Amino acid sequence: MIEINNLHKNFGKLKALSDIDVTFKKGDITAIVGPNGSGKTTLIKIILGLVRRTSGTIRYNGKDINGCSYRSDIGYMPQSPNYPDNLNAAELIEMLKDIRGKKESLDLELIELFQLSGEMKKSIRNLSGGTKQKINAAIAFLFNPALLILDEPTAALDPISSSYLKDKILKENHNGKAVILTSHNMYDIQELSNDIVFLMEGKIFFRGSPNQLMNRNGYENLERAVAGLMKELFDGNDSKNN
Amino acid sequence: METILKIIKYQLRDVLRSKWLIAYLLFFLLLTYGLFRFAGDDSRVIISLMNVVLIIIPLVSCIYGTIYFYNSKEFILFMLSQPIERSTLYTGMWLSIAISLSVSFIIGITVPYLLLGQVNVQNLYTFALLAASGILLTFIFSSAAFLVAVTNSDKARGFGISLLLWLFYAVVFDGIILFTMISFNDYPLETPALIATLLNPIDSARVLILLKLDISALMGYTGAVFQKFFGNMLGILIAIFSLILWIALPFVTGLKLFKGKDL
Repeated sequence: MIEINNLHKNFGKLKALSDIDVTFKKGDITAIVGPNGSGKTTLIKIILGLVRRTSGTIRYNGKDINGCSYRSDIGYMPQSPNYPDNLNAAELIEMLKDIRGKKESLDLELIELFQLSGEMKKSIRNLSGGTKQKINAAIAFLFNPALLILDEPTAALDPISSSYLKDKILKENHNGKAVILTSHNMYDIQELSNDIVFLMEGKIFFRGSPNQLMNRNGYENLERAVAGLMKELFDGNDSKNN
Repeated sequence: METILKIIKYQLRDVLRSKWLIAYLLFFLLLTYGLFRFAGDDSRVIISLMNVVLIIIPLVSCIYGTIYFYNSKEFILFMLSQPIERSTLYTGMWLSIAISLSVSFIIGITVPYLLLGQVNVQNLYTFALLAASGILLTFIFSSAAFLVAVTNSDKARGFGISLLLWLFYAVVFDGIILFTMISFNDYPLETPALIATLLNPIDSARVLILLKLDISALMGYTGAVFQKFFGNMLGILIAIFSLILWIALPFVTGLKLFKGKDL
């Protein structure tokens, strides 16, 4: 579905991503994991075309991601949404429908599950952070995208909304959708993903299933396994520097 | 083009409901009403209004345009994750701001004029020229504000540059010109003065209105040179052309930079 080869991204002298080769396949839920500043968001933004790559190729269904048409297949849930203050959620959805020119039926399941129908006519300015996040999630699934990119999807959601969202992610994945997500919540990742890409300092250090990562050093849960891997890499860097 | 119109449609709904825009409309409404009520004849009203328009419109367009762009940062990211080209979004957002500020200004000055002013051909033409200058200045300074916001990721810095930009064109520029004229008054200065006027959109707009009003006493040196060189009609056309160029230049530069920018 998405094939990334030899991707590099520099911000001035800073190498944000180096030599990234990774493929995201249909039917996978891939979690991009790594410490703060490891390049997770940069990688997602490059896939979405929000950050320009320095070099390398990115293909979506075999075609390079020039232009914007490939994004009609993507549902993106940003980490901190901010919509025009004086519009309401119904107008926001109407705008997206209008721009995408979608005539077919929309996936309104999350709007129903989150009980958002009473919030749809309120100005976005007057909505709480949690409600904005629920609208954000509902919009990502709205157009039945083939690929979902979810940046910290459960952050700011209460436990019940978070579990509805996770059920929805698993259901859509079961229907054949590809999912790429980032999260600092390893329990969510352990529950959702079947594939992990571990990034540090802009490089991929591990690629495999959560079980493979846990078995690597005999950890019982993913959080410990990821923390162990980070420590291993940090210690390795320290001894190199010394 | 179709997508630009769709973006404008929804952005206008958002912006026109903003309290800032309503305050801007009320400001022009009360000012124009007050002037027609107390300033006497219509040409004096238009001159007073012009002096306010030349200062306030660039200032508000600069500040509002910059704040709007920075506050839309996450919304821009969200919109560009949809199948929308960067150029379409940038153009749509800029037009929404420029159109909504222009609409507030036009309603604010037109309603009192129609109620209290003398609506005849001569007056209407001058009034239309004032309205056109206001609109052109709105488009110029909002496109400059967008350019400043695109080139500066830091909000406080961008905001400061926007204010300096306004201060330069509204105040400092004329001071420099005056100083230069006094320092070099032994030399023929008509051509440099003419170029200087075209290099400042606020001056071009001033000359545009004053040429129509034909009040040489208020035109200042550059206005008089303009009239002498081009006569009224050609002068007006040249001023309008320079103002349009002033819209295009920051807009095209901002758009080009936005297309390559890491968001």
